[in-house]
Amino acid sequence: MNGIAEEAVAAALAAGAGEAEAYASEDRRREVRAHGGAVESLTAATQRGIGVRAWIGGKVGYAFGTDLSEAGLAEIGACATEAARVADEDEFAAPPVPVRPIPDMEGKGAPELSDSSVAAWSIGDVSELALAVEDAALAADGRVAGVEQAVYADSTERIAVASSTGVGDEYERSSCYAYVQALAEGDGGRETGLGFGLGRGPAALDPVAIGREGGERATAMIGATKPPSRSCPVVLDPTVAASFVGILGRGLGASAVQRGRSPFAGRVGSETAAQAFALSDDGLDPDGPASSPFDGEGVPRRRTALIEDRTLRTYLYDTYSARRGGAASTGNAGRGGYRVLPGVAPSNLIVAPGGLSFEELLRAAGEGVLVTDVAGLHSGVNPVSGVFSVGASGLAVRGGELAEPLREFTIAGDLVSMLGAVEAVGDEPRWVPFGGSVSTPPLLIGAMTVAGS
Amino acid sequence: MSFLIDPEVAERVLRRALAHGGDFAEVFAERATGMTMAIDESRLESVQAGAEEGAGVRVVSGATTYFAHVDGLDPADLERAAEEAAGALRGESAAPRSLRAVATDPHPVEMRPGEVPAERKAALLRELDDRGRGAGAEIAQLLASYAEARREVTVANSEGLLCGDDRTRVRIGVQAVARRGELVETGAETLGGHRGFELFDGDPGAVAESAAGKALTLLEAGPAPAGSMPVVVGGGFGGVLFHEMTGHGLEADHVQKGASVYASKLGERVAQPLLSAYDDGRMPNEWGSDSIDDEGAPTQRTAVIEEGRLTSYLYDRLTARRDGVASTGNGRRESFRYLPVPRMTNTYIAPGEATPEEMIAEVPRGFYAVSFGGGQVDPATGDFVFGVTEGYLIEGGKVTRPCRGATLIGNCLEALIAIDALGSDFEIKTGVCGKVGQKVPVGTGQGHVRIGAMTVGGTEV
Repeated sequence: MNGIAEEAVAAALAAGAGEAEAYASEDRRREVRAHGGAVESLTAATQRGIGVRAWIGGKVGYAFGTDLSEAGLAEIGACATEAARVADEDEFAAPPVPVRPIPDMEGKGAPELSDSSVAAWSIGDVSELALAVEDAALAADGRVAGVEQAVYADSTERIAVASSTGVGDEYERSSCYAYVQALAEGDGGRETGLGFGLGRGPAALDPVAIGREGGERATAMIGATKPPSRSCPVVLDPTVAASFVGILGRGLGASAVQRGRSPFAGRVGSETAAQAFALSDDGLDPDGPASSPFDGEGVPRRRTALIEDRTLRTYLYDTYSARRGGAASTGNAGRGGYRVLPGVAPSNLIVAPGGLSFEELLRAAGEGVLVTDVAGLHSGVNPVSGVFSVGASGLAVRGGELAEPLREFTIAGDLVSMLGAVEAVGDEPRWVPFGGSVSTPPLLIGAMTVAGS
Repeated sequence: MSFLIDPEVAERVLRRALAHGGDFAEVFAERATGMTMAIDESRLESVQAGAEEGAGVRVVSGATTYFAHVDGLDPADLERAAEEAAGALRGESAAPRSLRAVATDPHPVEMRPGEVPAERKAALLRELDDRGRGAGAEIAQLLASYAEARREVTVANSEGLLCGDDRTRVRIGVQAVARRGELVETGAETLGGHRGFELFDGDPGAVAESAAGKALTLLEAGPAPAGSMPVVVGGGFGGVLFHEMTGHGLEADHVQKGASVYASKLGERVAQPLLSAYDDGRMPNEWGSDSIDDEGAPTQRTAVIEEGRLTSYLYDRLTARRDGVASTGNGRRESFRYLPVPRMTNTYIAPGEATPEEMIAEVPRGFYAVSFGGGQVDPATGDFVFGVTEGYLIEGGKVTRPCRGATLIGNCLEALIAIDALGSDFEIKTGVCGKVGQKVPVGTGQGHVRIGAMTVGGTEV
């Protein structure tokens, strides 16, 4: 892949770019969808593509394509250069400079980013896994009436980044996930429950646990009613906490801050969260789904403390926002694939575990609500002001214990106030793929507005 | 129109796809080109161009679909995809029918965006920036984007169908940020269509003024109410309400898995008799229109609710076969890298006879939701939420003040039957709908709609 990336860089320079960078990826994917005890669909594919960023002075252009022949790369390089001519000059625009050494994850005793079980498990093996997830969901409870789908998917990707300034590295990473959407019936209604698991290869997944989680979450909601509208303590389970942490992470990106689109502008060094809440970004976490040796611009990944001791320590930076903010890149140039320009993005966001077990967290909540699912995050959160109101479902907490299921209510507030209201953090974190890649325990928020009946 | 793959090559690929058995095989070829650019902080940036081509081959055998996709459209690429798709099958070979080309009628494009000079697109963005910022001194930030995309597709299948479509879409979007001291509010507006650059012949700058106007209005906003009350939903993008709360539940894949509250409700009363609703993929040059769907079926206007009764689900080929009906032309996919699934095109509640003022005048205390940031539904339970980006309090039959941070939440069966008034105004707006990881352009529309009671999730208990 690196050879192709270097060729694309050369093509852009030949077309008149002053500097150029190429990001090439090759991705082998499989996906199995199971339903009703049978495989509904099997997908197998390899895709390759490249994106080229070209600079003419402070003007930047971008082009991507899938034709990796010599002529194709020449065309992509020329298109990127052409695009740069249209853009306005930006004094902070410049290609990343190589930083050495690139961390060697294996050298740190961390597990490999690639798991051999992805290659070792045949399509038949992973189909069995998807079917086992469905079976486990159905077996979880007699009231599980079926599953909407049970899905297994894996991918092995090779990423290479090269630039005219001397960046030139590549790595391989595998990942997989399985999930099930279970349907439960009772009390004249139907409920759904999501169970999921993720890892670097299928050997790391526990199909029974994934299926059971889906089945149990669905049956737990049977007979759910609307809670009365009020302000009360709220416990966010890890899947819900992760969604909020993901939004928080994007608000801590320097480009959102610099462009006046973050509620955290001007807060570095000042009190931003309750003592109980500590957050870091760690692109090298051995278990992190988003871990990699370097970011989308070839800058080494690292661990960055974001919030600790109540205080916001720093924003996350890529090369551009670092130059603009007079800081150094934190290795947080994210890439949503070869089709898009890199931009500031969290890698793995990690909420530091606290000292309370889940049961202790509920006792600390006393009278309140456990939220197990939220909906409408993309429309219900204003990322600029931090004000949110999202749909939620979960369980009532009475006398410090779980009580009846609740649905069709909203929780509302704003991100900054919510961080200040974190009273306690659970001791069992979980990796969640919602809102990016987040590891978080359940969180107890002292008070939030719950709107129901 | 010409096809992306030679018919002889397509036949060879289909034969190879059925070499180890299968009831049905299809090759979907696509060439996609596009460009986007943006203006942010009054600086033109993020100029991006892209070109991709490839094909997806599927073989259906019994209840199982085998799918593979490749980048590139060389005969060798296509045959590789066919072999990979058929690789897990172990049956006797089946023979595809010979291909017969079917003429289609792509939506007309007057001014091909690819032939419009980049400077003109840049000038459009600068106009949006000027007009949006000119709307008020408190507009602190403005981000405007332009996107054009052309997708040429060819579909060939083992039943002998060969057809194609040539789809050009353009869209602009503006997000404005207004600031007054510590107070920050945003407003957004879009304009798009399945057509060429001529879409911007009118007054595209009004899009920026509208986005800025929303942000400025919200600076005056108070907290949103919390609780159950009558809700009047605005026309145009208010149609996302019907899209989410009912449209998804009518997609036949959800229905057939028992994962829709509308399962086994055909012919039943689901709304008041005043309400009729449609999915129409044929509306000329609308954002959600195509001449054929991504399985080669002609798009059509499907009445999903007529005078309050549920009349049809939305089908792709596989779900239609399962129900023994014809596809409604709703088999859509994001690209050749995805399997088609039943998706909406342009979905709308037909307009009624009331004026918005009349509808509001009958509400003693309620909420007026003018535009949404989007929404989400669980079709199995019918529970939905919508984020309101522009909303007002209704007091004594009058709109009194703007509200920030409201969400509408409810259950679709209850909310749909609670619709008790429809406005005579009507508009279709552009949206991008996500389902099973695939995004497709959809149109959502309606006139004003009033729902008797719905939960508004604000902060003011």
